[in-house]
Amino acid sequence: MSALLEVDSLVRHYPVRIPGGLFGQPATLRAVDGVSFAVSPGKTLGLVGESGCGKSTTAKLVLGLLPPTAGAVRFEGGHVPARRNAEWRALRQRMQMVYQDPLGALDRRLPVVAQVMEPLTVFKIGTPAERREKARDLMAAVGLTPHLFERFPHELSGGQRQRVVLARALILEPSLLVCDEPISALDVSIQAQVINLLLDLQDRFGVAFLFISHDLKVVRQVSHEVAVMYLGRIVEQGEPEKLFHEPAHPYTKALVSAIPSPWRQEGYERIVLQGDPPNPVQVPSGCAFHPRCAYATAACREVRPVLADIGDGRKAACHLLSPIASA
Amino acid sequence: MASIETTPLAAEAEKAERGKLSRFLEAYPPLVIFGITWIAATLIVAIFADLLAPYIYSALDLKARLAPPVFMGGTWAHPLGTDELGRDVLSRLVISIRISLLIAFASTILSATIGVLLGFLAAHFRGLVEQVVLTLIDFQASMPFMIIALAVLAFFGNTLTLFICLMGFYGWERAARIARGLTIAANEQGYAASVRDIGASPLRVYGLHVLPNIASTLIVSVTLTFPEVILLESGLSFLGLGVQPPLTSLGNMVGYGREYLQSAPWILLAPSAVIVLTTFSISMVGDWLRDRLDPTLR
Repeated sequence: MSALLEVDSLVRHYPVRIPGGLFGQPATLRAVDGVSFAVSPGKTLGLVGESGCGKSTTAKLVLGLLPPTAGAVRFEGGHVPARRNAEWRALRQRMQMVYQDPLGALDRRLPVVAQVMEPLTVFKIGTPAERREKARDLMAAVGLTPHLFERFPHELSGGQRQRVVLARALILEPSLLVCDEPISALDVSIQAQVINLLLDLQDRFGVAFLFISHDLKVVRQVSHEVAVMYLGRIVEQGEPEKLFHEPAHPYTKALVSAIPSPWRQEGYERIVLQGDPPNPVQVPSGCAFHPRCAYATAACREVRPVLADIGDGRKAACHLLSPIASA
Repeated sequence: MASIETTPLAAEAEKAERGKLSRFLEAYPPLVIFGITWIAATLIVAIFADLLAPYIYSALDLKARLAPPVFMGGTWAHPLGTDELGRDVLSRLVISIRISLLIAFASTILSATIGVLLGFLAAHFRGLVEQVVLTLIDFQASMPFMIIALAVLAFFGNTLTLFICLMGFYGWERAARIARGLTIAANEQGYAASVRDIGASPLRVYGLHVLPNIASTLIVSVTLTFPEVILLESGLSFLGLGVQPPLTSLGNMVGYGREYLQSAPWILLAPSAVIVLTTFSISMVGDWLRDRLDPTLR
């Protein structure tokens, strides 16, 4: 089966100025620095990492909301344009985004049903009556009761708002939904509901997700594959069960050890990383993780590891796991 | 027995009545009701000015020069008195309201439209377009408008159309700043960005989503501009550069009545009172309207 979405060594740099001199020194912020992955139809790829590692930038690049500095995004066999032209607009019917803050993403002056049917109006699909009918059907499908349809966003709860956002994203029947931290603004009890709803919608509509989160437990629950990002690069990738049971990369090990759990064994030791995440303006030489890594060797300081197969269908970028020195 | 039974009922009815009244007054405060009434009255006067004026506004009656108004011992022939040429103050006031309101409404709408359009352009294109708009805003804000108006009127002469267009450039920079700032905020994160990401055209994003959302702030800015235009028009007419005689406006009346302030204050009093009451009413109603139009405050 060919991939629905293919991302090939995607790079996004921002020119910035760091303090120094009269006007500051020009420097480059490497938000995303060579990311490659693929998403199959109807499957979910979870993207995890700490804040500032380039997850959201990756999401925007995938959707063509930002032009990449280098690299390419292919969706359903075609190139995703980063310019807002007719081709870009046509692609909106196939790929949609779900936002972190549902209240911010909704217009507070329009009743929610008008906002759910808006994509149909934008693409001139059906008559106004049909659009409204479809919007009502879909809102019922995401678990909203009819008396909520004519309400304004501020009159709904957080979970209901996120359902509205989901309904709006799904009404054009896209094949890919990019969810940028879709549940981190919600209460824990609501989070569970929305996750179940996402899984249910995937079953029903066969939509693929690019699921971005910093919540490892949630990612483990929803994903078919997980990619761990550190400083704009993927450091480990694999099936969630294997990846979370036996993390290979030292960074993943530290992340997994930080998941709170009531069932810890005796010998459990939490790995606490030293120092702050390094500045994406000044990425360390060699392996970006070496200043915080307990196992760092001389090679780690000089040679940047590439994402390589480590067996069992997993990939990792670490010299300790694939000792063949690669530039 | 009967009295005991009826008293609580009557009290309850009275309570309900009072509750209804207080709820009504909460939704429509007395000052707002007064403001709406006053604005409606001035609009009616402006529309039916020809029917309401008892005399032709420029008709002279030299035998009845400087006749006092009724409440100062005059006759009902001239309820608000006459001016130094024997023209009926009431008739002039009615026509002045029409002219002043026309200038104020037309130029306020013009300035709001210019401001919002330029603000949207700056926020949409950013970069060079934004810099140009911001420079224009700074230029406008740094020049006293009175001086610009004096220069334009001195060079181009004075017609009512030109005067309205000139006043239309008053206060646009405030609307432009507000529109630009709020639109950038909406584009960066939130509803406007999400609608844009759906694939909606800029026209749809700005017209259907951004404009209604920033309207409440713009209305406040417009209600500030409206009275200022009336005052500016009065000021220019007072200086003799605004509406030219024989046409009359509120400021024009105040300006020419100034010379008779001690002997015949009624020439100046009536138009001054109308200016004060109209500007006050617009401010009150605008403030109230902003709250009413916001569904999150209902």
